[in-house]
Formats: sequence, structure tokens, C-alpha cells
Amino acid sequence: MLELFLIFFRIGLFTFGGGYAMIPLVQQEVVAHGWMDGQTLMSYIAICESTPGPIAVNMATFVGSAQAGALGAVVATLGVVLPSFIVILLIAAVLKGFRENVYVDAALTGIRPVTAGMIAATGVAVTLQSLFSWTSGRLALDERALGIAAILLAGMVVWQRVLKKNFSAILLIVAAAVCGMAVYGV
Amino acid sequence: MKNWKKCLELFGTFFKIGLFTFGGGYAMISLIMTEAGDKRGWIDEKELSDIVAIAESTPGPIAINSATYIGYRCAGVTGALAATLGVTLPSLCVIYAISLCVDAFMALKAVQSAFQGIRIAVDILILRAGVRLIVKAPRKPLPVICCAAAFALALMLQFDVLSFSATWLILAGALVGLAAQIVSIGKMKGGERDA
Repeated sequence: MLELFLIFFRIGLFTFGGGYAMIPLVQQEVVAHGWMDGQTLMSYIAICESTPGPIAVNMATFVGSAQAGALGAVVATLGVVLPSFIVILLIAAVLKGFRENVYVDAALTGIRPVTAGMIAATGVAVTLQSLFSWTSGRLALDERALGIAAILLAGMVVWQRVLKKNFSAILLIVAAAVCGMAVYGV
Repeated sequence: MKNWKKCLELFGTFFKIGLFTFGGGYAMISLIMTEAGDKRGWIDEKELSDIVAIAESTPGPIAINSATYIGYRCAGVTGALAATLGVTLPSLCVIYAISLCVDAFMALKAVQSAFQGIRIAVDILILRAGVRLIVKAPRKPLPVICCAAAFALALMLQFDVLSFSATWLILAGALVGLAAQIVSIGKMKGGERDA
């Protein structure tokens, strides 16, 4: 339980710039500890995107619960929230000139491109893993997955460019669910 | 007494905010402005943009950071506790409840098929998030190199070509940023000496 807390404390401490930045970190821990396979994690992430609350908190709760029930959920969530809580209190109470501090700004300026690269790499990796698989020693393309991806991307373009609506992650997920059921059967 | 009432109000407001925000922290910002700003006058627009800037610069989800900050400003540490607890509780309860039935849920064929599609949506969402961040990044040599290096290294981590904790990449980014700043300060001072 302590381990769970520390793992999520560290994840909470190193996640800068929003929930997506947390995904590569959570993914690495989950895989390293063998808690669940990549596909299951992606499914959990999808659920986290569709439920109320910050994605980061949702993910911590979900993984914590899967690992160690109710207590695990609480411990993981506590772990991921505590670093923020402490740092913000320190800043609010003590470091008034935090945002204007040249060194803080410099460090963050360095972190931003790294986070961008990491998230992009995660995106590329999981997409490749969804589309391709190793079957009997050879790389095989899942045409159905590719088809769904094409439909979703086309849909996104139409939605935003033609219909001029704002992007909605939940809509994408719902559309994907429908495609999945249509393609893979119920 | 007044403090407790304030804390309860903070808890309630942020519970509502936590419950009604879908899809991430930024969606929460406008709700925070309405609830904490317009309705209760705890913050104004300028403070909100300061809060967002701070929340983006500190570890953790923006939602949590904002709640903690506003809570502290309103009612000290207990206020911060109340607000943070409030914004976290809906997630905790909803997700925990879902996690109890998720196995039974996922055993259904229809659900499995749906999720095979949904996983692709998640892939797209992550790719999209990454691409948007990359596009937003400054086109100067150092950020570009850092981004490319982080991309390459993270990719190698994904495929087990290398093995180290991803948090090192973040640390490295911070250090590179600091080093660049120190170098540029040095150059400026050098320039002043020459002038």
C-alpha cells in the first residue's frame, strides 16, 4: 500500500501540464509492475476521459482500485493529489514571486517541449500497437482497426472543418464505440 | 465558526465543479469562473488567469491546483483542504463505483467490441494532444531538439529498447531549461561588460 502511494506520489509530482502528461508515466509504472496489460489500461483511460473530474485523479483512482480495492483507490488518489496540494500551499503562502521567478520559468520552459515529445511518442506507440501485431513472427496489420481509425479521423475533419463545431472527446469515444460494435460484432 | 461555514461552502462549490466537469481541467476553468468568481466573488478574471498560469506551472492536475489555491486564499489551509477534497471526491466515488462493475461489464461481447473501437479513439486523443503541444512549441533550436530527443527516447522506452524511468526525461528538461537560462544570463553580463 505504501508502494502504491509512493508510486502515485511520484507520478503526481512529475506531471506538469495536465492529465495527458500523466499517461506516459502511469503507463510505464503499470507495465513495469505488470498490473494490467496495455490494452486494458487504454480502456481504463477511455473511461477516465468520459467520467467527471480530472483525468489524472480518475486514472489514479481506477488503477489504485484495480490493484487494492477501496483502500487502494483512496491511497493512489491521495498520492497523486498530495504533491500538488503541498506545492500550491507553499507557493501561495511563501513564494509570492513564484511565477515571475526567472529560474522557475526557465525550468518550465525546458519541461514543456519534453512533455510534448513524450505524449506524442506515447500516441505513436499506442496507435502502432493498435494497428499492428506480431502474428507468427511477422508484422500484421489489423485492417478493421485501420478502418475505424480512418472513419474517426474523417469524422473529426468533417465535424471541425465542415460543421465548424468544437472538438469533443466524448463524442469521439461514443462514435468509436459504435464503430467498434459495428465492426467487431455484438 | 465563520471559517467552518466558509470551508463547507468551498467544499460544496468545488464538489459541484468536480462533478460537472468532463474531459479535463481546462473545461473546469470556465466553471470555476462562474461558480467561484461570478457567483461568489471569491476571485476575479485577472486572478483566474494568474491561477491558471500557476496551475500550469506546478505539478498535478489543473483542477486540483486551482481548488487548493482558491481554497487557501479564501480560508487558509483548512479552506485549501476543503476545496481540494471537494473537487477530488466526485472522481473518487464515481470511478470506484465503476471499477467494481468494470470486470462484469467488460465480459460482455458488445462491450468488448465497443472498447476495441474506443481504444482507437484514445490512441487518436493522445496523438492529438501530443501534436497540439508540439505545434504550440517555440520553433527555436533548443526546444525543437529537446522535443525531438524526448520523442525519440520516449519511443525507445515504449518499445523496451531502453529502460529507465520516464521521470528522468522531465528532470532533464528542467535542467536543460535552467542551463539555457544561466548561459543566456552569462552572455548578457558578458555583453554589458563589453559595452
